Amino acid sequence: MSDIEQIPVTMTVNGKKVQRFVEPRTLLIHFLREDLDITGPHIGCETSHCGACTIEMNGMSIKACTMFAAQANNAELTTVEGMANPDGTLSALQEGFRQMHGLQCGYCTPGMIMRAHVLLKENPNPTEDEIRMGIAGNLCRCTGYQNIVKAIQYAAAKLNDTEFQEAAE
Amino acid sequence: MNDMTPTREQREAALEGMGCKRKRVEDIRFTQGQGQYVDDVKLPGMVFGDFVRSPYPHAKITKIDASEALKIPGVIAVLTAEDLKGVNLAWMPTLAGDVQMVLADGKVLYQNQEVAFVVAENRYIADDAIQLVEVEYEELPVLVDPFKAMDPDAPVLRPDLEGKTEGAHGPRDHHNHIFKWQVGDKDETAKAFSDADVTIKEMISYHRTHPSPLETCQCVASMDKVKGELTVWGTFQAPHVIRTVASLLSTIPEHKIHVIAPDIGGGFGNKVGAYPGYICSIVASIVTGVPVKWVEDRMENLSTTSFARDYHMTTEIAAKKDGTVTGLKVHVLADHGGFDACADPSKWPAGFFNIVTGSYDFPTAHLEVDGVYTNKAPGGVAYRCSFRVTEAAYCIERAMDILAQKLEMDPADLRMKNFVKQEQFPYQSALGWEYDSGDYHTAMQKAMDTIGYRQLREEQKAKQEAFKRGETREVMGIGISFFTEIVGAGPSKNCDILGVAMFDSAEIRVHPTGSVISRMGTKSQGQGHETTWAQIIATEIGIPADDIMVEEGNTDTAPYGLGTYGSRSTPVAGAAIALAARKIRNKAQMIAAHMLEVSEYDLEWDIDGFQVKGNPQARKSMKEIAWAAYNAPPPNMEPGLEAVSYYDPPNMTYPFGAYFCVMDIDVDTGVAKTRRFYALDDCGTRINPMIIEGQVHGGLTEAFAIAMGQEIRYDEMGNVMGASFMDFFLPTAVETPHWETDHTVTPSPHHPIGAKGVGESPNVGGVPAFSNAVNDAFQFLGSTHIQMPHDAWRVWQAAKDLGAHG
Repeated sequence: MSDIEQIPVTMTVNGKKVQRFVEPRTLLIHFLREDLDITGPHIGCETSHCGACTIEMNGMSIKACTMFAAQANNAELTTVEGMANPDGTLSALQEGFRQMHGLQCGYCTPGMIMRAHVLLKENPNPTEDEIRMGIAGNLCRCTGYQNIVKAIQYAAAKLNDTEFQEAAE
Repeated sequence: MNDMTPTREQREAALEGMGCKRKRVEDIRFTQGQGQYVDDVKLPGMVFGDFVRSPYPHAKITKIDASEALKIPGVIAVLTAEDLKGVNLAWMPTLAGDVQMVLADGKVLYQNQEVAFVVAENRYIADDAIQLVEVEYEELPVLVDPFKAMDPDAPVLRPDLEGKTEGAHGPRDHHNHIFKWQVGDKDETAKAFSDADVTIKEMISYHRTHPSPLETCQCVASMDKVKGELTVWGTFQAPHVIRTVASLLSTIPEHKIHVIAPDIGGGFGNKVGAYPGYICSIVASIVTGVPVKWVEDRMENLSTTSFARDYHMTTEIAAKKDGTVTGLKVHVLADHGGFDACADPSKWPAGFFNIVTGSYDFPTAHLEVDGVYTNKAPGGVAYRCSFRVTEAAYCIERAMDILAQKLEMDPADLRMKNFVKQEQFPYQSALGWEYDSGDYHTAMQKAMDTIGYRQLREEQKAKQEAFKRGETREVMGIGISFFTEIVGAGPSKNCDILGVAMFDSAEIRVHPTGSVISRMGTKSQGQGHETTWAQIIATEIGIPADDIMVEEGNTDTAPYGLGTYGSRSTPVAGAAIALAARKIRNKAQMIAAHMLEVSEYDLEWDIDGFQVKGNPQARKSMKEIAWAAYNAPPPNMEPGLEAVSYYDPPNMTYPFGAYFCVMDIDVDTGVAKTRRFYALDDCGTRINPMIIEGQVHGGLTEAFAIAMGQEIRYDEMGNVMGASFMDFFLPTAVETPHWETDHTVTPSPHHPIGAKGVGESPNVGGVPAFSNAVNDAFQFLGSTHIQMPHDAWRVWQAAKDLGAHG
């Protein structure tokens, strides 16, 4: 083991309180994935560009690859693992991604869903342009985004109890 | 029949078979963060490997000193080429018949080349240790420009090849020459040019880029020394080939190597080859006896594991005055970097570039490709394309536009005039392929009608006039691409990888209760095989897709196959699946005949079971038949209901498409806005239209990126300039255009279900459409060809050079 002194961190992740000792330099993404075995958030670039590691922290979207675990001390975090409905069914967003074919390889999906989740809290009725701007920090190499936009529109409609109008081709 | 009996339509719908927009099975786990990717693998005692890399693109290594690094607590080992020599793995063979250093053996040939492999208890300690490995370099002259590679005084890149005048693909003419590949009739083509009314010649470059899947290349190697067994989890598009290669290199018997490709976060050709990271992890696990994980970071991914393209194509067309093409001549200078690690079938040093005659009836053609070494990363992978098909499509589609310009003909009309006609199929191309099927005129006409092509040309003309009068600073481009692909590698007569024929396979087992497990030699990286393979089986054997589990990627359980790349899964494995399913249906027919006490010839297939001809009430469903197969098979018949099929395709498949891009470009900023992009694809029989559309969206987005800015560039010192997401263009949702998709259906005549493959069409066809749009926009100002990528700076520069800035 490295001889770097470890520091204590405490946080709530997906509703569960966790306490661990970490090296001060431990990145939050590695803490989640390797210490807590929460492997939904992924690593795509480690430079904040791709957004595969996006999670919710205290109601905001953050990229866990460029934050230290220590910076999340006392924070409340939600990852994609915390997104399903309490009865285990898919949430509106998860269902939207499936119904609208908003994912292919699935690697960006946990980050994309978490970004969309906060986006819809910030703006429950986004226009297409607002959705596109709202997810611009999350890269997808497979879908070309069109169906991701639809997935978010689907979820917005469902959460607002309105009818989803799939835009004409 | 009572009211509860489902109708035929209901029974059919319940299968969710071919042609339906079945929702994906994979999404249940992916949307919940429950995918299992390589970096999610965590084994007891697992340690981490990471590379010391060269800052220099060309240098001798005079000393490597790891003593300080080894003093850090938690550092387990530092491997160098000297260590690998002990197990004969300092070099490895490439798929292209060359050899490649696993770790730098005395010198480096490109920036970021792997020099030493540090093994440590965790990623952080490995990183710390890398900083402390001291390497002494002696810089050598750098060769960046491929056009200077064969100069008499060019630096010698590969002293290991000194005196070798023969390479894997024939004679080498120079110390930096890799191969010369020639196809076609040189004399006939020369004659066509001397007889021509009109000729054009242009050097068309397709710049170096990278597939850059969101998940980088990675693996976990675990050697069980007691059992003598090696398990490797890895990002492998072709896991079975990796197992064979691992066995040949390590001398561990193949049955004692377990290769597992779990969920893969995108591949696009990046994950076909074998990389130093895999080899070093395996060696490190053998040495240390514990599992070793290697995970590439993004900079390593972009700068070392497999670039794509870097083809410089001097293209000439001969034609008659009326636009009829009479000959095609192409010379390609192919920049392969420091090692020839192209991922092509063995006999094809330039892949299937000889599809370069495209969709047009060239009576004669000649192609010559020279591969050269430079101080750049090795690779030359098929980035979402079937082995250099995208380079070929770009070459011919750009050249047809240039010819149209010279003839003052409309580029759509020129294409229509020269298309291979429907009645000419199967069509023998001048460069040796037999196109299986096509209906180009119908597809082109449908595309032109849908986008209102003639009106767009009118609008463009009016805009050009307005531009000349100084009323607008915007120019409009209409980009056309009519591509023909060649996919589904491939027939054993001409396709192999390291000697293994490029068949593919499927195994289907029907359980007693009528549910199914099936396994294939392919490996999805996002294509949704778990969903679509089940749809083929559902239609073929009448068992609902939801009752069919599809498994790929575990070489212990899946039948041997060559993997997923080059749009080969549907043409090859898709056929194997259909044929294995038909074996099952044939056996089921005999069982049903026994159950119904009739001759099997008295039975007919009906959606989900067999019925007696003329008496549809007398029928047995597949579920009933499956039970009987395990419970009361006919006398003298083996029990059980399963089948394996290995499919060696008789020919490639030839998907095609008509793409149109409408663009508005601000000449003062160079910003190009895609107003419309319409993609008509003909991939033959369509298995899942939702997934096809998704594939087209994704491939078009990659094409947009490549054409409009994505590049791995090197400066004149050999520094790689595009190796982070800051510099390497990946479009976000904001820049990405809206995609319109459409289709025609021309089934492949030789494929059991008529399917041709689609995943790569949009990348192959999309790039020329974008580039032709930019070029088309500036044509009226006197431009004939502007090189890609067309980022705003370069477009602005082109506008300036054409005098558009006043």
